Amino acid sequence: MSIWYAFWDMLPFEMFHWNFMKNALLAVLLMAPLFGILSTNIVTGKMSFFSDALGHSAFTGIAIGAILGIAAPTVVAVIFSVLFSLLFSFVRAKSNHAADTLIGVFSSTAVALGIFIATYGGGSFTKYNQYLIGDILSVTSLELLLLFFVLIGVLVFWLFASNKMTLTSIYPQLASSRGVPVHLTQTIFTTLIAVVVTLSISWVGLLILNSLLVLPAATSRNIAKNTKQYHGYSVLIALIASIIGLCISYYLGTSAGASISLVLGIFFMISFLFRKVGG
Amino acid sequence: MNLGSHGGNCGHSCCLRIADLSVKIGSDMILENISLHAHCGEMIAIIGPNGAGKSTLLKAILGQQESTGVISFAIPGQRNRKLTIGYVPQSPTFDPGDPVTVADLFACCMSKRPAFLGISKKMKEKIEECLERVHGEELINKRVGTLSGGELQRVLLALALEPLPNILILDEPLSGVDVEGMSMLMDMLDEIRQVYDLSILMTTHDFSTLETYADHVILLDRAVLCQGTPSEVLNSKEFQTVFHRKGGTQ
Repeated sequence: MSIWYAFWDMLPFEMFHWNFMKNALLAVLLMAPLFGILSTNIVTGKMSFFSDALGHSAFTGIAIGAILGIAAPTVVAVIFSVLFSLLFSFVRAKSNHAADTLIGVFSSTAVALGIFIATYGGGSFTKYNQYLIGDILSVTSLELLLLFFVLIGVLVFWLFASNKMTLTSIYPQLASSRGVPVHLTQTIFTTLIAVVVTLSISWVGLLILNSLLVLPAATSRNIAKNTKQYHGYSVLIALIASIIGLCISYYLGTSAGASISLVLGIFFMISFLFRKVGG
Repeated sequence: MNLGSHGGNCGHSCCLRIADLSVKIGSDMILENISLHAHCGEMIAIIGPNGAGKSTLLKAILGQQESTGVISFAIPGQRNRKLTIGYVPQSPTFDPGDPVTVADLFACCMSKRPAFLGISKKMKEKIEECLERVHGEELINKRVGTLSGGELQRVLLALALEPLPNILILDEPLSGVDVEGMSMLMDMLDEIRQVYDLSILMTTHDFSTLETYADHVILLDRAVLCQGTPSEVLNSKEFQTVFHRKGGTQ
């Protein structure tokens, strides 16, 4: 960390002379590839509504953690989100309902439970506001280390399983006939999203988190010709938007998460104008 | 279900035997006592009304559906040889917006190297070789969502032929394919079974191609109602009953 701090002190960028900005920059540099990579399969697998629901369940987990008196409710939130995603996958496999109906059921129930717990006994909701909007400037060195390991974990998983996941998302019948464990692959992927979403919620905020999980790949799809470009552009778009968004938030005093999301939204509009029609 | 070898005593070079295969889901008997016998180089068509259990039968042979009975495969002189099945599932509807090319689809199926790192030169050559078998070299860089029905079937067929199987199983390969594409695809299947000496087992709703291409036709409606040469089955009482009563068309 000290090398990272010293490096920015040497450069003539005033905004990065502050330690909280150096931390925030490192956080977005770690988070952007994470979101860029995950979003490719969220979009291909038509899971954007699902990842949104996971964000809601993470909030409920945090509320449960808080009421249990645990100092870092994130651990409880991660466990709750993972259970939520597993329960959802189980019910989806056993039910005739469309996925979006079930997501609606799970998402709204989770939020209701979260608010119920947060306000139980006349409790104030105000202390939970930070999870709605998020504050990337509050990220600590320990959390950065955690983020680093999560990124490494996702990268390793991606190297081994991304072919299987693409196949599972676009053509499950072919995937299973080729020996891909379709259910296991989907379960691991949803668990990964659950972990990443929950960890990021206090920095990015529940209300805008999903834009980071959807917009990079959605933008990339407009311009990519093949899988390599799709992943490459998605990560690149997430990185550029994160850095621009962070700078905007510093100079305008706006929320970093929201600024990044807005830049991503603008990128999407631009890519839409230059989109490839057909193949 | 027992998947193994048998003595190969039918006098042909190799054969697949299915005996008393049944599939029960819950209390519902989907397939009952199916028996069939296919030789290498033969094309067998399975026909039947919707809900007859055609796809279930294919899945049972593939081992994707639990079943009872015996499925065995033999090549004389090669005991306990592992059966390799090439499978073309029912055509999916790919999203034209997915940036997945034909080459990506092959790489996802055949390569350990993740497709997002790009496709190696060696893999590209191999994909081209596979596509050549179905005269589809020009499709390599097309997005899978933009292929026509016939092109998609050819690509899926090329995938199913790698590694080269003993049996090729196709689930409704002709649905969504135009008339021109249909005869092209059937000619190709005919060529493949002769060149590679493999059995082809396919389900179909199109009876017009049966007389020209199929060696053996099985009329299925939860059980085998009738089987034999195409003309025997198409002129059978059972065929008339099933398709005229249920409004099937030729």
